[in-house]
Amino acid sequence: MLSIKNLHAKIGDKEILKGINLTVKAGEVHAIMGPNGSGKSTLASVLAGREEYEVTGGEVDFDGKNLLELDPENRAREGVFLAFQYPVEIPGVSTINFMKTAVNQIREYRGQQPLDAVSFLSVMKEKVKLVEIDQSLLNRSLNEGFSGGEKKRNEIFQMAMLEPKLAILDETDSGLDIDALRIVANGVNKLRTKNNATIVVTHYQRLLDYIVPDFVHVLYKGKIVKSGGKELALELEAKGYDWIKDEMEVA
Amino acid sequence: MSKDNQVLEELTSKEYEHGWTTNIEADSAPKGLNEGIIRFISAKKNEPQWLLDWRLDAYKKWTTMKEPKWPNVTYPEINYQDVIYYSAPKQAAKAKSLDEIDPELRKTFEKLGISLTEQQRLTGVAVDAVIDSVSVATTFKEKLGELGIIFCSFSEAVQEHPELIKKYMGSVVPVNDNYFAALNSAVFTDGSFCYIPKGVRCPMELSTYFRINAANTGQFERTLIVADEGSYVSYLEGCTAPMRDENQLHAAVVEIYAMKDAQVKYSTVQNWYPGDKNGKGGIYNFVTKRGLCAGDSSKISWTQVETGSAITWKYPSCILKGDNSMGEFYSVAVTNNYQQADTGTKMIHIGKNTKSRIVSKGISAGHSQNSYRGQVHIMKRAEGARNFSQCDSLLMGDQCGAHTFPYIDVENNTAKIEHEATTSKIGEDQIFYCLQRGIDEESAVALIVNGYAKEVLSQLPMEFAVEAQKLLALTLEGSVG
Repeated sequence: MLSIKNLHAKIGDKEILKGINLTVKAGEVHAIMGPNGSGKSTLASVLAGREEYEVTGGEVDFDGKNLLELDPENRAREGVFLAFQYPVEIPGVSTINFMKTAVNQIREYRGQQPLDAVSFLSVMKEKVKLVEIDQSLLNRSLNEGFSGGEKKRNEIFQMAMLEPKLAILDETDSGLDIDALRIVANGVNKLRTKNNATIVVTHYQRLLDYIVPDFVHVLYKGKIVKSGGKELALELEAKGYDWIKDEMEVA
Repeated sequence: MSKDNQVLEELTSKEYEHGWTTNIEADSAPKGLNEGIIRFISAKKNEPQWLLDWRLDAYKKWTTMKEPKWPNVTYPEINYQDVIYYSAPKQAAKAKSLDEIDPELRKTFEKLGISLTEQQRLTGVAVDAVIDSVSVATTFKEKLGELGIIFCSFSEAVQEHPELIKKYMGSVVPVNDNYFAALNSAVFTDGSFCYIPKGVRCPMELSTYFRINAANTGQFERTLIVADEGSYVSYLEGCTAPMRDENQLHAAVVEIYAMKDAQVKYSTVQNWYPGDKNGKGGIYNFVTKRGLCAGDSSKISWTQVETGSAITWKYPSCILKGDNSMGEFYSVAVTNNYQQADTGTKMIHIGKNTKSRIVSKGISAGHSQNSYRGQVHIMKRAEGARNFSQCDSLLMGDQCGAHTFPYIDVENNTAKIEHEATTSKIGEDQIFYCLQRGIDEESAVALIVNGYAKEVLSQLPMEFAVEAQKLLALTLEGSVG
């Protein structure tokens, strides 16, 4: 589904991604771990198409399309979803209204008829149940005055509504207590199918207790320096990132 | 050039939608202003002597006054002798029935989305259509008449209800109130008049649609609304003008008189031609709007969505004379390209326990300047007065300006006054968040701006709110830099 080859990217004059290679197939969950400043969030942002980052080399193929050539909105419409580390507040715009706009623009892109209010609400009700979000939250201004947990739950709700092929969760565990973490992870797990894939970007192992990855990759200084199964995450938890750093220095 | 700037370029060069002209023969006065022109206008309208005297008195006062220089706007000096003060589409007389309206005029308004055919109107809105200096049609007159409601052009009111005009005209905005009000009093040509009798709740929205068509012509209309005890009316005003290279002057006066327990809601969607993207042409919109809460427990509410005009200079105000009376001002003012707006309100608290509420949302884009100017004055006698003001500014790009000039005068220490103000920028983060959900940039800006202005837009009557939302989006699409 996703194939990243030798991806380089910089912000300003600073090169952050220095040759990423990664292949993600449908049905898989990949975790990307690494110390602060290793380029994890940059990778998520570059895939989503954030403008501040300049891609200086490499290729990204998404279901046969050159992802890097698509505008951010078209990447979303093709099925790339980014759950933000810091979800943005939009005063005066309810989550419902926001999602209705998004769903119908995506449908239009795919040549489908827009959902009318009734069908939209019935889809919404179903997803509300699935991700266990308080419906009253959805009538309020998007993310305005939401707690950290509410914001993240709202991200997962949006993911449920948009049914992406590829979901990228950027530090979704940051700022969550253990209950919120479990609810958010439950939501993500329920949305897993054999046709979609998930990339979980995280600093800590604990999220991976709930969202169990098929592959774990360690990002360090802009490169994936180690890949393995879920046990790699546990090893990192036990030994810390210094172990990787030391190994890299030796090499 | 970044992609945002490209979109900005493309969209701000979008043509003004109502910029066409209608080819109709006009009956115009020669350019210039003097006593002769005023007599000409008065004679054209077959006015009684007292009104001519009133005009001449206003003219005399005007000649001794100076154009105000305090607004935060700049423009080349206006040559008042270079303006045509009267221009009317040539049709024999005002059509007696709607079927007799000149088809060209009917088409003009239909193109603007305003049907002058009652049967075709689904929504319950009665319209007075004013083109250049005269009213060409008023719909639903008979139906409203059954309730004792008078809704007609100002000229007709002068002929048919002189006692009301004589009593209330100038009672809220005196002829010498300010330079442009004096000018209007001297040369006003038409406008709407509305009287709601005691205890009557007007069953439909009343509206006036103003259209400037002729070149070099100023539009000087007057609107007078009198709400008798315990009555209610919701009034709408819309306006457009063709695209022309020269600036055109629009100096209107609106007076609202509310008696005991009466409520008047006045909504405006102002979409005069704003000039081109280099700031050439456009309407000078110098308007005096004021309401008098004369009776106890009366209420006047102004809502305005200002998107057009090269220069806007207007402060819809409330004089809260009756005890427990209430004034409201809700405003969204958008400026783009080289537009300038200096707008706000005055709330003058005279009676006891009077309340006022001000919600102003300014949006500036392009190279525009957008100022909020508001006064809250609590007079000595106004025991227990309250005011709440909120002034927000939203900036798009880094070439525009937002300014706030609040004036607060309190002469009674029982008053409670709150003032909140914020300034924000549409964030790249907000836009990107929308894009990442599959929403394109234009819709993202529309969504964010409409969210920002929601509190004001929700005050508008339903059909108007939808139109206003579209207009906001159209004025600003892609103006993120």
